[in-house]
Amino acid sequence: MSNAEADLVIVGSGPAGMAAACEARILGLSVVLLDEQATIGGQIYRNIESAPADRVEILGQDYLAGRSLASDFRNCGAGYLGGAVVWNVSLDGTVDYVADGRSQQLVGRNVLLASGAMERPFPISGWTLPGVMGAGAAQILLKGSGALPTAPVVLAGCGPLLYLLAWQFLRAGAKIDALVDTTAKSAYLRAARHGAGALRGWRDLMKGFKLLSTLRRHGVPVFSGSSALALEGETRVNAISFTHRGRSVRIPASLVLLHQGVVPNTQLTWSTGAAHRWDKEQLCWCPETDPWGRLGETPIYVAGDSRGIVGAQASAVQGRLAALAMGERLGITTNVARRAELQSQLTRYTHLRPFLNALYRPADENRIPQDASVVVCRCEEVTAGQIRSYVELGCLGPNQTKAFGRCGMGPCQGRLCGLTVTETIAQARGAAPDDVGYYRIRAPIKPVLLGDFVP
Amino acid sequence: MTTDALFSISQKSKPETVTITFDGKDLTVPAGISVAAALLVGGVHEFRSSVVGRVPRAPYCMMGVCFECLVEIDGVPARQSCLVPVKEGMAVRRQIGAAHLNEGSFGEEL
Amino acid sequence: MSNQQLTVVGGGLVGGAIAYGAARAGMRVRLLDQGDVAFRASRGNFGLVWVSSKGGNLPRYARWSRDAAKMWPALHKELLELTGVDSGLQQPGGFWLGFSDAEVKARAALLEKIDRAVGDVPFQMMEPSELRQHLPGIGPAVVGGSFGPFDGHANPLMLLHGLYAGLRHKGADVITGVDVADIRYDADSRQFEAVASDGQSWKSERLVLAAGLGNARLAPQVGLHAPVTSTRGQVLITERLKPFLNYPTNKVRQTREGSVQIGSTSEDVGLNDGTTPEKIEWLARRAVATFPALAQARLVRAWGALRPLTPDGYPIYQASTSCPGAYVATCHSGVSLAAAHSFVIGPWMCGLSEAPPNFDVFKGDRFLDPTASFSHDH
Repeated sequence: MSNAEADLVIVGSGPAGMAAACEARILGLSVVLLDEQATIGGQIYRNIESAPADRVEILGQDYLAGRSLASDFRNCGAGYLGGAVVWNVSLDGTVDYVADGRSQQLVGRNVLLASGAMERPFPISGWTLPGVMGAGAAQILLKGSGALPTAPVVLAGCGPLLYLLAWQFLRAGAKIDALVDTTAKSAYLRAARHGAGALRGWRDLMKGFKLLSTLRRHGVPVFSGSSALALEGETRVNAISFTHRGRSVRIPASLVLLHQGVVPNTQLTWSTGAAHRWDKEQLCWCPETDPWGRLGETPIYVAGDSRGIVGAQASAVQGRLAALAMGERLGITTNVARRAELQSQLTRYTHLRPFLNALYRPADENRIPQDASVVVCRCEEVTAGQIRSYVELGCLGPNQTKAFGRCGMGPCQGRLCGLTVTETIAQARGAAPDDVGYYRIRAPIKPVLLGDFVP
Repeated sequence: MTTDALFSISQKSKPETVTITFDGKDLTVPAGISVAAALLVGGVHEFRSSVVGRVPRAPYCMMGVCFECLVEIDGVPARQSCLVPVKEGMAVRRQIGAAHLNEGSFGEEL
Repeated sequence: MSNQQLTVVGGGLVGGAIAYGAARAGMRVRLLDQGDVAFRASRGNFGLVWVSSKGGNLPRYARWSRDAAKMWPALHKELLELTGVDSGLQQPGGFWLGFSDAEVKARAALLEKIDRAVGDVPFQMMEPSELRQHLPGIGPAVVGGSFGPFDGHANPLMLLHGLYAGLRHKGADVITGVDVADIRYDADSRQFEAVASDGQSWKSERLVLAAGLGNARLAPQVGLHAPVTSTRGQVLITERLKPFLNYPTNKVRQTREGSVQIGSTSEDVGLNDGTTPEKIEWLARRAVATFPALAQARLVRAWGALRPLTPDGYPIYQASTSCPGAYVATCHSGVSLAAAHSFVIGPWMCGLSEAPPNFDVFKGDRFLDPTASFSHDH
């Protein structure tokens, strides 16, 4: 690319982005990293540079591990643009972004997409009420502001982040009224079938059990294997109801934190036109890449959770491996030993995934609302029943249901409804998600003020 | 800070504060946090009324993905408050329905 | 009541409207449509229900457009009552805005020419001060404009939704996920067979090809000629905004939902329906030059759609003589002409009424004339 301004432009300052920058700099590549947030760290290492000691203590070792990576990134000589909102990545390596009220362009010989993950939507009755938030949102409040729930909170769902948050809350002295665990009993058996992974995972599972007993010791009721979750309230949430061991339970709550795993943030990869496949274990879309993360024959690579959920440590390794591959493309012979070392790290860090995927598989009923009145598209307020009615009219996929009902046309551009719509249509048609497809995602992948285009 | 607030920040470390207004009312909140976080600790429960059904909405994801935290900040409507750092003197207002284009730019004859 | 079967190939705005028109006239109708990610010109339609400046080189088309606009309220009302779907029709009149004196002069001349040739296609040229009374926010870059009292807009996607719901109400068969590869005609039984690429097939006595870009390949199979190529139109759409624009303009309109649609480009890029940052920027700047307050609006979507275009830009409507019962229909303005497609074209192509008067000018055969040359103003 003759007018390229950098060998590598990176989108996202989480573990994958920061590690890729460091590795690319070691190779001597020129690097510019952009992030929408004003501070580095992505979500998992949010505010890592300025978090006070007592907060770091509460958040735990995994968070602390981000400090050295952040420091390495700061010192590696990469250019950094914070508060830069990328709205388009073109196949020739052009990155369009808005910063300082202007739309600008940066061209990379290579581009690395490292947009990370977002929480999976949790479309149950009442989930749009004020006072209902993601567990990840509460963790962001804790990391970014040191804020804790004022009144006793209810946590609901499944997955490591939910339990981690509970643990962090307890350490911080916040009160938890209940943990409504939607992990199915059968999930433990299913997970155990993952052989060696399960053996290693047993340690994590034991950690999880230890946490649960810690919760019980603190007098926090844990309702395992809960189903039929619903949130009640008129203008804000005031209770959560569910079924537990055959009994109906109702717990008053003014703050309910939902979580059922994280999913790749695929806006950018979809917008490049890259093929994605439906991952049956993770129940989400993952871009199809070569082993190093390359999208087709383009100069665009993907690393980290936005390529498929692998966790922070594996994300960093993927970033480094991608950097080596991109360096190779620019004529820098890969250090084979280094690559082998990284590959073995990656294997180690991803060994548990199948086990975790099986164990924390979100229940069908929490992903595909059966109740017709549940809102699926929060922005345009389109319900599950409406989507199914469009399928009856002949809509085969999300782009047609979008055309008929505006579902997916709001400012979030399908981020919070996309997975639900694909699966709802798939279920209604008796088809596989891969056959149903996903929204046609195009630039701008984040809203841009029209005035930002005017010089 | 009201006890009704969903979240609170410990006063132990005596954080620096700023004063902003929300729908005209003064709110004193810790400095260096996002407007969304500031409103939550300041006791705000409903950030906006939705565009289609005019129902109350509040932040869901806190990371710029859900677009529920939209409020008007210093006259600019529908801003993602979880992505904007709070500043002294900010005038924040609930976002009622769709964003509007400011009257001041209309019918100006140059 | 005909006991014949009609197959309409193509479930977009044109096919949908014709199928609906046939179904409401009592015909047994089957509509064949592609899958979720077909090119779908219907999704790229700007949504104008427009009369002004149509048919500058073909008065019959100006008349057809004007008639279609007059029929639209009846279609809107009927679909709303039958299906509950609101096609969003508004016909307050519409504006064309010009950015140079030369442009404005040319516009006036064109509209004058059409009105003289056709009659009943009124228009009014306006200076910026008068424009500003109807469009308070227009910017200083606008030096003049024209107003067409018959112009308006609707929601193309809601129209399509309404037509599909209407088809369902009228008992038509809508079969989706079908890629029609071939049409076979059996002269003995006078039957058509539409054959899909996966081998499925459907027989009927009558056939309408309304497959947009696909018409070029299918039309010759029933003795018709439909040289349709594509033009890519990129369009921007903003977040929903509180109402501020009471009239549609040809490049900027505010929909009933509040979003502002900004369009559009016309690019010859083959089958590439992507969007480009350059055009996005260009469209954004032009929109802000037109209405400076739009600088505060957020762009939330942009799309490129491949819209079918004939060499002269005018529709093709033709009955086959070698395969009686087969027809082809294609046009660029599937929204503007929708009511005419339902109320006039549908019954004609069912054999329930005569072709509209003076319709030979729309035959696809006109492009076979070796002495003629064609250009379009899109």
